[in-house]
Amino acid sequence: MKKLLVSTALIAALALPAFAQEALDPDAKSGGGIVITYKDDVATLDPAIGYDWQNWSMIKSLFDGLMDYTPGTTELRPGLAESYDVSADGMTFTFHLRQGVKFHNGREMTADDVKYSLDRVTTPATQSPGAGFFGAIAGYDAMADGSATSLAGVTVIDPATVEIKLSRPDATFLHVMALNFASVVPKEAVEAANGDFGKMPVGTGAFKLAEWTIGQKLVFAKNPDYWRAGLPYLDTVTFEVGQEPVVALLRLQNGEVDVPGDGIPPAKFQEVMGDPAQAAMVVEGGQLQTGYITLNVKTPPFDNVEVRRAINMAINKDRIVQIINGRAVPANQPLPPSMPGYTKDHAGYAFNPDEAKKMLAEAGLPDGFETELYVMNTDPNPRIAQAIQQDLAAIGVKASIQSIAQANVIEAGGAGTAPMIWSGGMAWIADFPDPSNFYGPILGCSGAVDGGWNWSKFCDPAIDAEATAADSMIDPAAPERMKMWSDVYMKVMEQAPWVPVFNEQRYTMKSARMGGADNLYVDPVSIPVNYDYVYVKE
Amino acid sequence: MAALIFRRLIQSALILLGVSFITFFLLYVLPADPVRQIAGRSATPQTVANIREQLGLDQPFVVQYTRYLAGLFHGDMGRSYLQKTDVTTLIMARLPASLLLMAAGIAAELLIGLSMGVIAAIWRGRAVDNSLMMTSFVTVSAPQFVVALLLLYVFAVKLGWFPIGGYGTPAHLVLPALTLGILGSGWYARIMRSSMIEVLRADFIRTARAKGLARSRVILRHALPNAILPVIAMIGIDIGIFMGGIVVVEGVFGWPGIGQLAWQAIQRIDIPIIMGVTLVSACAIVLGNLLADLVVPLIDPRIRIR
Repeated sequence: MKKLLVSTALIAALALPAFAQEALDPDAKSGGGIVITYKDDVATLDPAIGYDWQNWSMIKSLFDGLMDYTPGTTELRPGLAESYDVSADGMTFTFHLRQGVKFHNGREMTADDVKYSLDRVTTPATQSPGAGFFGAIAGYDAMADGSATSLAGVTVIDPATVEIKLSRPDATFLHVMALNFASVVPKEAVEAANGDFGKMPVGTGAFKLAEWTIGQKLVFAKNPDYWRAGLPYLDTVTFEVGQEPVVALLRLQNGEVDVPGDGIPPAKFQEVMGDPAQAAMVVEGGQLQTGYITLNVKTPPFDNVEVRRAINMAINKDRIVQIINGRAVPANQPLPPSMPGYTKDHAGYAFNPDEAKKMLAEAGLPDGFETELYVMNTDPNPRIAQAIQQDLAAIGVKASIQSIAQANVIEAGGAGTAPMIWSGGMAWIADFPDPSNFYGPILGCSGAVDGGWNWSKFCDPAIDAEATAADSMIDPAAPERMKMWSDVYMKVMEQAPWVPVFNEQRYTMKSARMGGADNLYVDPVSIPVNYDYVYVKE
Repeated sequence: MAALIFRRLIQSALILLGVSFITFFLLYVLPADPVRQIAGRSATPQTVANIREQLGLDQPFVVQYTRYLAGLFHGDMGRSYLQKTDVTTLIMARLPASLLLMAAGIAAELLIGLSMGVIAAIWRGRAVDNSLMMTSFVTVSAPQFVVALLLLYVFAVKLGWFPIGGYGTPAHLVLPALTLGILGSGWYARIMRSSMIEVLRADFIRTARAKGLARSRVILRHALPNAILPVIAMIGIDIGIFMGGIVVVEGVFGWPGIGQLAWQAIQRIDIPIIMGVTLVSACAIVLGNLLADLVVPLIDPRIRIR
């Protein structure tokens, strides 16, 4: 597997040197346009609201935040902030803004806009799904309960400087400032849109929205005043929506489409990879994703750790990987291999049905038991559930499959009524490349509440305390911190609330006329591609 | 006539009210929470509670439903939870495309189905009849997705006669309309055939023939208008079937209609959109049936409306 994800950059305790001119691709040509297709319509381009993998990269090209990632990598780099200082205790961040950056409406971006944007995303009225990420900023709680209208911890020092105070140390804070939710937006444009900012976005990004025909297409046009000199290369990016992935593939073969945004349809995967001409158009990369089975530790017999371990040994992960045409690698722990903090030498629970059966007998269940496996009803998830069902039957566990709509699975998981859930279709994909992102909501006590995303309802206060300690360190990439996170996940796996099944690989298909480094086409934060840096060769 | 239309409109309004109640109730009791979909996976319980309150989803069913109805009476179908846009805007942006496709689909259905039915009836019991009826059986049972992809592959990809999906020109309309036409034509062929056979046996046809009228004239002027009545009633029902079936065809051909809007909304429990699309579809069905009832007496003066 290509290792396209590397560990995050160290934060200097003092100011980073200002970025002068970015090294541009010497082969790149400016001009031209590309066509991307999607099955689903684009719901919104409001950076405070958009949380689909589809609009995530689109928003990234329209807006900028104070922090950003080096294209094709998970390395943090300054964005609208030219540099920043971190206080010795890690509680105060001072961002020095780039001068002369203009919004698409022509006005210059200032520190007031940064403050406005953070206030906006944390105000309950905005209904931002990302508000919780800013929980470490001082004054967040008062915003969340409606008793304040402005974040007390965010202060405008002068038009080019903004200071953010935290209420607790948060090693991931710079990653949070690189999330779309932290994008800087102009107040006057938000107000002028009168609630429809998601359809009339105005940012500082490489592209601006030129046209949106609802249900048909969106056209992004190059921002000629973009602050990164020489970028973007493309004049236009056209997103055609409502396109069935199979049809998008036909159109790609016909030269009408450059990137099918939904990827290669599962039913066509072997055909594409078996044809050298088509396979040459495919770029493969890792992604920060893990597919898993949750075992509800509050529901007997899964309250017995021996039973959970037995289930872990009963699942034939290689066979499940085969079901999805080998588009994944088997997993043995919650973190994906490309995530910092991944434990490389961990053996995990080996596939051993005989041993699993013996363990069940020792746990007082020699004849197995009956249970339910919840699964989202879109292909290939029901087929994967059937494979799991067969594996369980081999050790005497009779699991009936509940194949239902995504929202219903999420509801059952949150309410704790599902004994087992196969996470496919809802599997955890990291918001940012930090090991903490796989813990809190899905394995920590905070997510084990009613309606939370911790579907196994696993809550170990001792492990939670270790996680908190790891996140209280100042340097997110410190080796000691990575060791702490590695320990956290190893302790979780001892308790076996999950059966980690696989880590999906990414396969992006692109037309022959598209240029740019391969890692731009499997960019860990811009899916399917990083629009700002790709180009057309002709 | 006017009294009838008035009465039927009142009936229609009651039906729509019933549809709105049932749909709203089903969405209310559904074991899925729209607030979770909006709040996302990193939301705190506080955020979830705030959103629930802002959307009024913490209110009892009766309050929520009456609030929705009150909005509806003012022409307000609410705002999409996830797209944060007025539902009316979203539906109006897509409705023309769906109506166009539906009209073209019905036209194609009638053209193919009625021709098949008439020909089969005339040569009843012969090979042509048998093969046409076999064909109609196949078209009725064929999966939409397969027919759509097959047409797309042959006529767009291989032969290049039509664009590979999309919207905008008459050429874009041909394949999706043909898909719907082929799939629905079987029903019409069967109805038309049996109705035509019955009419051809009638006394007035024998009289017409005895008068020495040309065979084509007997069929087109005398038999057809009498045989077509059950077909017109069928069109009214068909609109309902179309509203359900159009989703797949819109999906394959990338046709920007309301079917796709509904599909996405159902996946994410976007209640205002689901309600809006359901009501608009129900409206189309009710109006289609009303129109069919009103058209029948114009064709056959023997039927009087009371």
